[in-house]
Amino acid sequence: MKVKHVLLAIIFVFTGIAGFAQQEHKAKFNAGDFVIEEVLDSYWWHIAKVGDHEIAIPLPVILHSKVRNQWYFFWSNKLMEGKHYKGFFIKEDSPNKGKIFEKDNQGNLIRPLDLSITKNVVAIWISMILLFWIFLSVAKRYKENPLRAPRGMQALLEPLILFIRDDVARASIGEEKYQKYMPFLLSVFFFIFINNLLGLLPTFPGGANVTGNLAVTGVMAFFTFVITTFSGNKHYWKHIFWNPEAPWWLKVPIPLLPFIELTGIFIKPTVLMIRLFANILGGHIVRVTFVALIFIFAVFGVVAAYGISVISVLFIVFVTFLELLVAFIQAYVFTFLSAIYFGMAVEQEH
Amino acid sequence: MELLALLNVLLQVANTGADFMAKFGAGVGAGLAVLGAGIGIGKIGASAMEAIARQPEAVKNISSNMILSAALIEGIAFFALIAAFLIII
Repeated sequence: MKVKHVLLAIIFVFTGIAGFAQQEHKAKFNAGDFVIEEVLDSYWWHIAKVGDHEIAIPLPVILHSKVRNQWYFFWSNKLMEGKHYKGFFIKEDSPNKGKIFEKDNQGNLIRPLDLSITKNVVAIWISMILLFWIFLSVAKRYKENPLRAPRGMQALLEPLILFIRDDVARASIGEEKYQKYMPFLLSVFFFIFINNLLGLLPTFPGGANVTGNLAVTGVMAFFTFVITTFSGNKHYWKHIFWNPEAPWWLKVPIPLLPFIELTGIFIKPTVLMIRLFANILGGHIVRVTFVALIFIFAVFGVVAAYGISVISVLFIVFVTFLELLVAFIQAYVFTFLSAIYFGMAVEQEH
Repeated sequence: MELLALLNVLLQVANTGADFMAKFGAGVGAGLAVLGAGIGIGKIGASAMEAIARQPEAVKNISSNMILSAALIEGIAFFALIAAFLIII
């Protein structure tokens, strides 16, 4: 009896148990809503749901009401489960579902100025603290004795940092100018990598979908855009607007090539933003869908849920391994493409 | 003849439900996008395998370039997926 035979037998038995499930239909499980809520931002950090009761970490809500013109600070547990508090409530239906609204004097629903500390904000702070802790300790070791053989966290990070410096920055930007862009490239790479990895954990302090959020990736792509635009030299702008190496019929009478290049300036950072967002969001949705599979089968009874849980957990493990690979690759691709854009901006005449 | 019958049926369905054709289109669009990405990444993988077979000592170079190209092509496929997703939501 080999190990793999025993394992396969266990899997078959468990899945077969699902066939004995009773036809008891309890409360319908809305899989779509469950999946969407797991990957969106929220005003509290959801831990578990026991029966009908939701266990979550409440987060600060900071609002400035436009109707009453004053600031409100309170914990978000006052607004959980549809409760109303001081005229504020969380909207239940689209559009803008899940955001805080209030009623103005005519009875319309308007949004107050919302500066709340939401789940994504806390997640970014957690990864920020992690990054500071890791890199400040590694920097201290380098400062004390730069020639000592690396140990521990330093040994883990040194290959990554050298990889970014040699194969990404030096290769794309060139020997003379790559130093200026190293802080941004390293920060972006490790920020994206750490946030991708933290998003794979099931619960607090991980499990928040930071990089799968258009706002976060949009800001990072915007930084790339700003740095590229401000470090562009004469050669760069000349090649965009009046490329001397392009045939004349692309520039006169209709400036086709300059128009394409101009839209390219804006499209390239947009593509950076969407690529990272879609990859990470897609991975999160697939993983949460496999978790939701267990709850979908639970409608048919506890036995069915246990039966499907073996297959579901195997798939979740497989998807998580895939997402580990994607976490590194997406961080690398974002950094590499940013380095290429910087390299194109500072390229000299050849 | 059959084409007219098909058109007739589709028009009747479109008369009833508003979102039906949109969601159908979104599903088909997403599938086509994945088809394109699959073909593209398949070609990259094939040429990478061939290159490694010709020159086994360049494995590291070839593999890292292959992963990079695959990630870039996947990025494009995700545009169509996001567009389809937005239609469904």
